[in-house]
Amino acid sequence: MMQAAKNALAALTLAGIAAASAGCADANRNTAVYLLLDTSGTYTEEIDRANAIVNYLLGSLDTGDSLAVARIDSASFSEEDIVERTTFDGQPSKANEQKRGFRRTMTAFFDDLESAPYTDIRGGLLQAGEWLEETDAGERHILIFSDLKEELPPGHRRDFELPLKNTDVVALNVAKLRPDQVDPQRYLDRLDSWRQEVAEVGGRFRMINDLSRLEGLLRQ
Amino acid sequence: MSFNDLLTVWADNPALSGAIWLILLVTALYLARQPAHELFTATGRLAERGLRTAAHALRRGEALLARRNREVLLGMAAESAERDIEREFERVATMVNRDLSGYPALQRELSQIITQIDEDYRSSTQEPPTPPPWTEAVEALARIETRDPTVARVLEDIRGTLEKSSQRALGEYRKESRKRHDLLKRMLPSWRKLSAKLHDVSGQIMGLEARAAKIDSHMERYEKIRAGEDATVRTLSSSSLTQFLIAGLVLVIATFGAIINFHLIALPMSEMVGGNSYIGPMQTADVAALVIIMVEITMGLFLMESLRITRLFPVIGALDDRKRRAMAWAAFTFLFLLAGVESALAYMRDMLAADQQHLIQMLSSAGESAAGGSGEGGPANEAALRMIPAIGQMLLGFILPFVLVFVAVPLESFIHAARTVVGVVAIGFLRTLATFLRVGAAASRAAARVLIQLYDFVIFLPLAIERATRGALPNGRSRGAGE
Repeated sequence: MMQAAKNALAALTLAGIAAASAGCADANRNTAVYLLLDTSGTYTEEIDRANAIVNYLLGSLDTGDSLAVARIDSASFSEEDIVERTTFDGQPSKANEQKRGFRRTMTAFFDDLESAPYTDIRGGLLQAGEWLEETDAGERHILIFSDLKEELPPGHRRDFELPLKNTDVVALNVAKLRPDQVDPQRYLDRLDSWRQEVAEVGGRFRMINDLSRLEGLLRQ
Repeated sequence: MSFNDLLTVWADNPALSGAIWLILLVTALYLARQPAHELFTATGRLAERGLRTAAHALRRGEALLARRNREVLLGMAAESAERDIEREFERVATMVNRDLSGYPALQRELSQIITQIDEDYRSSTQEPPTPPPWTEAVEALARIETRDPTVARVLEDIRGTLEKSSQRALGEYRKESRKRHDLLKRMLPSWRKLSAKLHDVSGQIMGLEARAAKIDSHMERYEKIRAGEDATVRTLSSSSLTQFLIAGLVLVIATFGAIINFHLIALPMSEMVGGNSYIGPMQTADVAALVIIMVEITMGLFLMESLRITRLFPVIGALDDRKRRAMAWAAFTFLFLLAGVESALAYMRDMLAADQQHLIQMLSSAGESAAGGSGEGGPANEAALRMIPAIGQMLLGFILPFVLVFVAVPLESFIHAARTVVGVVAIGFLRTLATFLRVGAAASRAAARVLIQLYDFVIFLPLAIERATRGALPNGRSRGAGE
């Protein structure tokens, strides 16, 4: 009887190990975040808020996660607009060192920030979607620090489908423009337009204007 | 065809049509009364028999389980009693080996002491002084009646000589007596030594007597278990439940200890194996930390087995003493090394936590000023303060594996007690289920009767007409179809 119980225990243990091994081929559990910073107009004056978001992300992301920060300027679909991108190492000490380096790069970027005349949001989103796809992360976020008012330079075309499937798009600190104050419906229509466009391609859109509540930022 | 169509099939007036339907239905039910009653009765009986059979089977299963549980309980108790008796015999053997091995030497010593005492005693025996041989001649001379002065002088001389001789003899006697007293005085330490030795022997014999009384008590218990008395089984069952609860409580405490241990080494493990790989739903680092803890517990089990404190693996217990000792040393060595590894990991954890803390401080402080930092340590006193939790964690990492070794003892009790406790719970479950089935059987029988009564209630009108008609018939042909 005792022997039988021990055999059953051993069989259960082996079954548990087998079940655990079977789960090895699970999807990537890492998170990838792409932060788009609007550098047009008065947004350059909101460096402190953008800084807080970067700090929050550096403090929240874990080993193996990926983070990229890019600016939205006149033509955002360009590698040159990516300020810094990295995938944190599996070792916590190396990941911390990478975060310190990231922080230094961001400080230098904020110091030399210049205002852009136009706002190419779709170009930035396309760039973000491609990079997130490359990371193969299981959880993907695009954070847009912008008023979501797109203004393209003459001749630029952005009539394509955004690669945002299974991506969480979060609009941060969406400023109300002067015309929005005159007619708030313009503001609401602008948000709805983005929400609809993201949903059509299989993504999720949400908005966080209160940056003191960043703890829910990376919630899927 | 809808319900309304069906309702108005006999007439346009729904009430009239409904009444026709009702009459038809009641008539049909009246005509089908006998087979309907039989159907209800048969169904009720079938359900009753099925449920009773199931209840009976469960009762038999319960009885089998109870017998098996009783056998397990008695078997375990007998094994425990055998262990106790064996342990007592081992203690007696140790005592006998330790104390009685010195008995030949003690006997020699006692013989020597006794011989010496005997010799001294013999030497000290008193010999009465021999009277002078010529006293009779003196007495003869003294009886001569003469007035001769010569004889008187001779007798005077003899008296003087006798007095001198007597004084000499007394001196000799006193000297000899002194010698004997000296000999007796010399015997005193030997007597004391002899008394002490015999006192020691008495103490040892008393110890053996106490052990023998314990063995008697264990044997009495063992005999009761062998006899399989109900009172003994009840006592054992209660004791088993108590053991189960106590061992379970200790195991819960040990589990918390293991969780603390896990958190102590999980983070630094990610530094060693990386934090990105997964095994199933768990990080490889977590699995590695768990494996280390499990291996430590396993080594603890082997150590306890090798020391014969627990008996979960009969193979280890059956090894000869030399191999068993070697195994115990091997298990202890592995445990010691793993404890050292854990201690190092705990230190690394502290370093990583400090690094993380520094990073968070840097991020939370003003961007530009903090961004320039490169992770250097704080002031010297801060570093010294940080050493206290670091040392604490290292000690904890070193001690916890050895603490977890003792999990083997409650684990063994838990496994043994669980066998009977699970059996008791299963018996209770089967008993409850059997009771429910019996109640269900009785209910199905009653339900059949209630259905028959309800059926008759629906067709009460034709039944009343039938009774009235039969009452009016001659010869009282009143035995209705369903009565």
